[in-house]
Amino acid sequence: MTTATLQAAPQPRPLTKPTYLADGKTIRSWLLTTDHKRIAILYMISITLFFFIGGAAATMMRLELLTPQGDLVTSETYNKLFTIHGVVMVWFFLIPSIPTVLGNFLVPLMIGARDVAFPKLNLASWYLFMAGGAFAVFSIITGGVDTGWTFYTPYSSTYANGHVIAMATGIFIAGFGSIATGLNFIVTIHKMRAPGLTWFRLPMFIWTIYTTSLILVLATPVLAITLTLMALERAFGVGIFNPAMGGDPLLFQHLFWFYSHPAVYIMILPGMGVVSELIPCFARKQMFGYRFVAYATVAIGVFGFLVWGHHMFVSSQSIYAGMIFSILSFAVSVPSAIKVFNWTATLYKGSIRFQTPMLYALGFVGLFTIGGLTGLFLACLAVDVHVHDTYFVIAHFHYIMVGGMVMGYLGGLHFWWPKITGRLYPERLAKLSAVTIFLGFNLTFFPQFILGYLGMPRRYPVYAPEFQVLNVFSTAGASILAVGYVLPLAYLLWSLRWGRVAGPNPWQATGLEWTTSSPPPTDNFEKTPIVTEGPYAYDAQAAEAELEAGHA
Amino acid sequence: MPDVLAVPIEHQFDDATQQREAATMGMWLFIATEILLFGGMFLGYTAYRHAYPSAFAEASRHTLIAFGGTNTAVLLISSTVMAFAVRAASQNRRKLLGLLLFVTASLGVLFLVIKGLEYAHEINEHLLPGRAFHIDAADPQHAELFFYIYWLMTGVHALHVTIGVVLITFFAFRAWFRDAFRNHDTPIELLGLYWHFVDIVWVFLFPLIYMIDRHS
Repeated sequence: MTTATLQAAPQPRPLTKPTYLADGKTIRSWLLTTDHKRIAILYMISITLFFFIGGAAATMMRLELLTPQGDLVTSETYNKLFTIHGVVMVWFFLIPSIPTVLGNFLVPLMIGARDVAFPKLNLASWYLFMAGGAFAVFSIITGGVDTGWTFYTPYSSTYANGHVIAMATGIFIAGFGSIATGLNFIVTIHKMRAPGLTWFRLPMFIWTIYTTSLILVLATPVLAITLTLMALERAFGVGIFNPAMGGDPLLFQHLFWFYSHPAVYIMILPGMGVVSELIPCFARKQMFGYRFVAYATVAIGVFGFLVWGHHMFVSSQSIYAGMIFSILSFAVSVPSAIKVFNWTATLYKGSIRFQTPMLYALGFVGLFTIGGLTGLFLACLAVDVHVHDTYFVIAHFHYIMVGGMVMGYLGGLHFWWPKITGRLYPERLAKLSAVTIFLGFNLTFFPQFILGYLGMPRRYPVYAPEFQVLNVFSTAGASILAVGYVLPLAYLLWSLRWGRVAGPNPWQATGLEWTTSSPPPTDNFEKTPIVTEGPYAYDAQAAEAELEAGHA
Repeated sequence: MPDVLAVPIEHQFDDATQQREAATMGMWLFIATEILLFGGMFLGYTAYRHAYPSAFAEASRHTLIAFGGTNTAVLLISSTVMAFAVRAASQNRRKLLGLLLFVTASLGVLFLVIKGLEYAHEINEHLLPGRAFHIDAADPQHAELFFYIYWLMTGVHALHVTIGVVLITFFAFRAWFRDAFRNHDTPIELLGLYWHFVDIVWVFLFPLIYMIDRHS
């Protein structure tokens, strides 16, 4: 169908320089690279590894939950499983996913720069990330941690068994990697844009990465000091959070969520950025209300810092604080809704092509909407008291993080795969896996909304027998989801060697990254591009006419 | 002015201006992260002082204000010397730059020595939280909380001073022996920013720790 027209892309100019992949073949040339594109590949391999570690823990949990009794693992092991799943997925997959892989690869390309502002710091970020990961894996192998990813005190600091300090150290170190990455992106976006590339000509992906970076830079240090205090309390009995020593555990929760709520936006904004690139391209239309989407992006980042208390409605936080946090949490839905409405409006009267990245983008919009709206239930004080710490919460944030961010990551990966590798993935298989993931995801997590509403608490390996049917659905869905995740791993690797050669712009997309060859040379562009128009200069009517001519 | 060309420009930058602006912005962002790192501790301090004002006031009187005050002066002077060093760097006076950096670093060391003596005194007086902690106060538990925060915040601050001293000494050697910053004073300027930041943190710590209700 549309592939015929897509092949009509301009022929690649003869290369004078080797591609970034060919520029050095040794392992040393990869491990000591300062090329943002190679660092992106390093991150891609690392986070894929962590994704499967976190996924393995989730698989064990879903298997345990097939039956109401605790027959596969002990309660203690189950505690460790959900801690591993949470810690690894949050800090070692979701937070780095789109920013460090697609962000590293695309930010300099999209703004017409040769590299990020601080290439060595960029490489150092990856090493910090890996060192942090090593601590986390060490902690898992030598016995694990059973505190949950939130490390609430005084349990984590006083009573928990296991390697809490090693795990916290891992997160602490990886956190500095995140800070360095965020700092690098902010400076790069401020100072290295190509001539003519004004703020309101930037692709929306850059806006979201910019906002994400601000959150990384401003929130992560607070996590660092909070985990340090927790670890000091555990190691030396420094009683800042220990009520037995005059401290207040609620302070830990405030500090932790001051980081971790904004971190939730680190885990969704970049996905929104990817979708904002995909929808105009595959609808062949200008983005509807570009400026509002940009403002909404920044607004989400700002509001994100002001709503952490909604995680603490049932702690001993003051009821008045709860009310304020509730109202502010409702306020976040406004910029989020602006985005959803604008994506929808962009589709209206577009010339829509249902290729794999678009399937992921459309899946994202639907799942994010469900995740966002259920977030409003939780932002409502009275309802939250009812469903707090139940599977309703689990389902809600998985709709955002998996239904949103992972779908966004996979959609972006497929969209830019030809740019990254120079090869096309097999379209039919990719569509199949996109649909599999969508169905598997919904089957896994939709029953959990009902389970939570009926009162099944999170974090228990045993449950009342009447919940079994829905749990069996959920586990069945998880196995479909697993197939959906393994498929892309297989065919993307296959495409590295046997995929069709992509050419510089297989999607006929706009954006500076598509003006250079695929894969790009080490310096990205033969000469610095000059930008004379805004992003997304697509023409839906022309695309439709072209499509009909192709079919005639 | 042929010397201007001597500034090495890394491949990702177009010119020296872009390179300098990027580095400067990076340093300011780094300082922002540092503010938030300390911010968590300042928040803890604020929350507990608000909750236990009299215990904090009482505990504060056990601190050695003469040591703290001297240290404030030492750091402020070192910051002034650093400001002169930055100026010397911009004027390409490398011996003067090296000398001023050495003076700054020495004042940093003096600060650490005084702080160390103070810590030693406090350990002898059983003011280090833990099993041996003992204080004559109406509310010893929350007085101990004050000392937790005191040791933590001054400790993290002292770590920053130590890093600063190491960096400044290194830069001083590079300026004196290698003439490393000729027409390339950005690194000195950024080092100065860092040092002033460390100084300012202390300026906030000093009254919060040593001066609670000292007027009475």
